[in-house]
Amino acid sequence: MLIKIDNQTYTVKEGSTVAAALMSCGLQKIRSSINGQARLPFCGMGICYECRANINGVSYERSCMVLCSEGMEINTL
Amino acid sequence: MLDSSFPGGGATAACMGHVVVMDDSPSMLELTSYSRQLWEGLTKELPANCEDEMFGTLWLAEDESEMVEAQKKKSLYENAGVECQLLSGSEVERLEPHLKPGLAGGLRVPGDRVVYPTNCVHYLLRDIEVRQNSKVESVSANEVTLLTGEVFKAKNIIVAAGVASQHLLDLPIVPKKGHLVITDRYPGFASHQLIELGYIKKAHGESSSSCAFNIQPRSTGQMIIGSSREFCGLDKTVNKKLLSDMLNRANYFMPGLSKLKALRVWTGFRPASKDGLPFIGYLSDRKVYVCTGHEGLGITTSLASAKIIAAQIMGEESEIDSSPYNPDRSFSHAN
Repeated sequence: MLIKIDNQTYTVKEGSTVAAALMSCGLQKIRSSINGQARLPFCGMGICYECRANINGVSYERSCMVLCSEGMEINTL
Repeated sequence: MLDSSFPGGGATAACMGHVVVMDDSPSMLELTSYSRQLWEGLTKELPANCEDEMFGTLWLAEDESEMVEAQKKKSLYENAGVECQLLSGSEVERLEPHLKPGLAGGLRVPGDRVVYPTNCVHYLLRDIEVRQNSKVESVSANEVTLLTGEVFKAKNIIVAAGVASQHLLDLPIVPKKGHLVITDRYPGFASHQLIELGYIKKAHGESSSSCAFNIQPRSTGQMIIGSSREFCGLDKTVNKKLLSDMLNRANYFMPGLSKLKALRVWTGFRPASKDGLPFIGYLSDRKVYVCTGHEGLGITTSLASAKIIAAQIMGEESEIDSSPYNPDRSFSHAN
């Protein structure tokens, strides 16, 4: 299925979480810590909040807890 | 310094850290504006973790009657030498586009600040010897006794124990509970501390609980949302009904607010005196200095309070008249 990450289109496997999609698309950073350090998914089970992203216009969604859907728009923070 | 837990851990940790000039009474206007000047004087030396920012306060008028209030406030502030500007509804909208449209206007006080109170306390105490977890059993002239039985002797003792000063010194102080909510980071959602002008009426009313819109931007981009006031002793539990009223009030002023993610809700206790003025100075009956009863203005007025007490101990004149805050008045009230 097709999704958009920061306005670029990517093909991802159906059933992927957004966090898995972000990782498989090769992103090096999906948000910045308060001190500007790069952040990527860590626990993968909704506990650590490291993988927050803007999904379909909603900021700070935990990307590991959301499944990709056709045409989804994801923006890194 | 003896602290029952750790410095900056009580009301200081629970509060917003808004350094604000208030005109509840001429004495409060004098104390808050003097103290804000002292905060301004510290700004260059405060470390970055004190998050000192001059965001300014924007008092919001919903209708023409509140604009009359804003006008009155403006004259009082100007007489006290506090810079402020009266804004029209469209000027408010331009400065704060996330507010609901159609407000009558507001009063902007650009010199008001936001700080991170607990870190400020740690900075100000940097050269002071602190004993943590030292719960005080009793205080008398020149002597403090801990629950453990340990006794400390000193020439001058200052009791600055917030609501706990009530049982340590039988001072008439009542805890006024408040709720706050902090959000994730949304830089620019608000760029001033925004408060409804109806706040003062609500804050000092006699009803058992009330809430008023008050939102604060932090240097991290987070928002702190308040405010509530409630008389219910020292019960820290979150009052869900009051919390929901408080957030509904905030969402009424900022319709996009309900889309923000909240990280945490907490409560704290303002040490409130009966006449709305703090107790700062020598309590002759108990032969100790006291510094408490600042209600919701403890951070704002902390530096001025310290200057007043320091001047009294040194036998000097304080820069402002300290007689309105004389703690001996509490006993004349009781009679």
